[in-house]
Amino acid sequence: MLAPALVLLLVFTIYPMFAAGYMSLFQINMATRQQMVWAGFANYQQLFASPLFRQVMKNTFVFAFGTVPFSIGLAMYLAVQLNRRFRGSALFRTIFFYPTVIPMMSAATIWLFMYTPQYGVVNRLLVLFGFGELNLLGNSATALPAIMLMTVWKDAGYFMLFYLAGLQNLPAELYEAAELDGASPWAQFRRLTLPLLMPTTLFVTTVSLINSFKTVDQLFLMTAGGPNNATNLLLYHLYEQAFSFYDRGVAAALTVILVVILMILAIIQNQWVDKRIHYN
Amino acid sequence: MARRNSISFAALLILTLLGAAWVIPLLWTFATAFRPANQSVAVGALISTDWTLENFARAWSYAPFGQYYLNTTILVVGILAMQLVTTTLAAFVFARMEFPGRNLIFLLFLLQLMVPAEALAVPNYITMRKLGLIDTHLAMMLPYVASAFGTFLLRQTFRQVPRELEEAAVIDGCGPLQTLWHVFIPLARPTLVAYGLVSVSYHWNNFFWPMVVTNTPENRPLTVGLALFAKAVEGGSDWALVTAGTVIVILPLLVLFLVFQRQFISSFMHSGIK
Repeated sequence: MLAPALVLLLVFTIYPMFAAGYMSLFQINMATRQQMVWAGFANYQQLFASPLFRQVMKNTFVFAFGTVPFSIGLAMYLAVQLNRRFRGSALFRTIFFYPTVIPMMSAATIWLFMYTPQYGVVNRLLVLFGFGELNLLGNSATALPAIMLMTVWKDAGYFMLFYLAGLQNLPAELYEAAELDGASPWAQFRRLTLPLLMPTTLFVTTVSLINSFKTVDQLFLMTAGGPNNATNLLLYHLYEQAFSFYDRGVAAALTVILVVILMILAIIQNQWVDKRIHYN
Repeated sequence: MARRNSISFAALLILTLLGAAWVIPLLWTFATAFRPANQSVAVGALISTDWTLENFARAWSYAPFGQYYLNTTILVVGILAMQLVTTTLAAFVFARMEFPGRNLIFLLFLLQLMVPAEALAVPNYITMRKLGLIDTHLAMMLPYVASAFGTFLLRQTFRQVPRELEEAAVIDGCGPLQTLWHVFIPLARPTLVAYGLVSVSYHWNNFFWPMVVTNTPENRPLTVGLALFAKAVEGGSDWALVTAGTVIVILPLLVLFLVFQRQFISSFMHSGIK
């Protein structure tokens, strides 16, 4: 009964992990049709010596550690505000959540339109506030922040959901007691809500970090990794190496690097999620 | 936590500004899609009263959106159908059976939870080529079928099924498969629905792996089709056309979401990871 799942798992998850590890030790360039040549760790050495790979890693880390705190901070703020019932609170929840249900690719077409020079809403706002015309996606200083902004827009509502769920589980008596002691709303947030939501925060942090490290969809349409590789992230670079430069050995080495990063994050998450169960 | 039913003016103001930032991209996209092409860039576009469906007709003839819809439907239905078979069987085994090597196999499933199919695109592409499956629906589906996430979710539910019910079924002469079918699956219906919704919306929106493994319009799903469409049109900056294509892709999703909002939200919360 386990066989169907197990066979597929072995073929499409376990085997490719080993295959990538093995391939990463060879020179395999499909473009030159050369045979597999044993290369040892040359692919890795080549990567770590390459300025492009360093830039890709830097971009990926900037992207991850730039979007994650913003998405999460915003998600927590929204959840704390929208955990109350007031006229329009349901509408606000819908408004912040809807980007989660549309494909990243359509979010990309929408934001490509928003960022268009001259016509785009963002540019009209920039002009309105006196910043002048800016081709946000065509400028290597602003392209990555622009991609990060649309990613926060796409993801914050999803993380808000976890905070809303977390807030539902907080004990009401604590807040009543704090109220009696005359604690201000800010003090209640700092001393009660923030620490009590810590398990949710840790969980959401790792989920969003994992998502950041495999971000790729919007890059295909919005920037193609450019300009000058300013928005080239790890999985996009991997794709380029494999399917544009046909360098399968380097692509395999990049696969190994990505898998290792994702596994480290997943292991950290497991530790934290266990604690979270312990909490309850 | 106690819900305080008031909200301060300052908080409401911030929420309204943020809400505007969240909703304006969508409204602007819709407004442009329904606007005559020559007005799409006008300053007063939002308050103009000329409406048209012409952009949709143009978008529909520019790219085979009908075919893309069909492909995406085949993709999500096919994946879900295969996932339901493999994951219920595997979840049942992990929930109820003891056998040598069980923990090791469990660990393999855990590994899949950590390493998403996207990361393994290169070796999986090579496997698909060896299997002669490049540019097929099956190639887009197979890496996702043995879903460790679904297996763990269902195993959790199956473990809560009372032993007595299972024993009663066995006394009635049910084998393991019949017990699974008559006892476990009906009791797990809410989990199955939640999982189904998460799986369908994940694969409806999925882009990277289907893009890697397909290369003809006959097999491409909507997301890949939209990307190519937008890329082809963007050069001419015909935003009326691009936004119409975008609306064609997202309108059904938004309608479904608004109708089944409660179910969507509880399923996504249930799932933790998409």
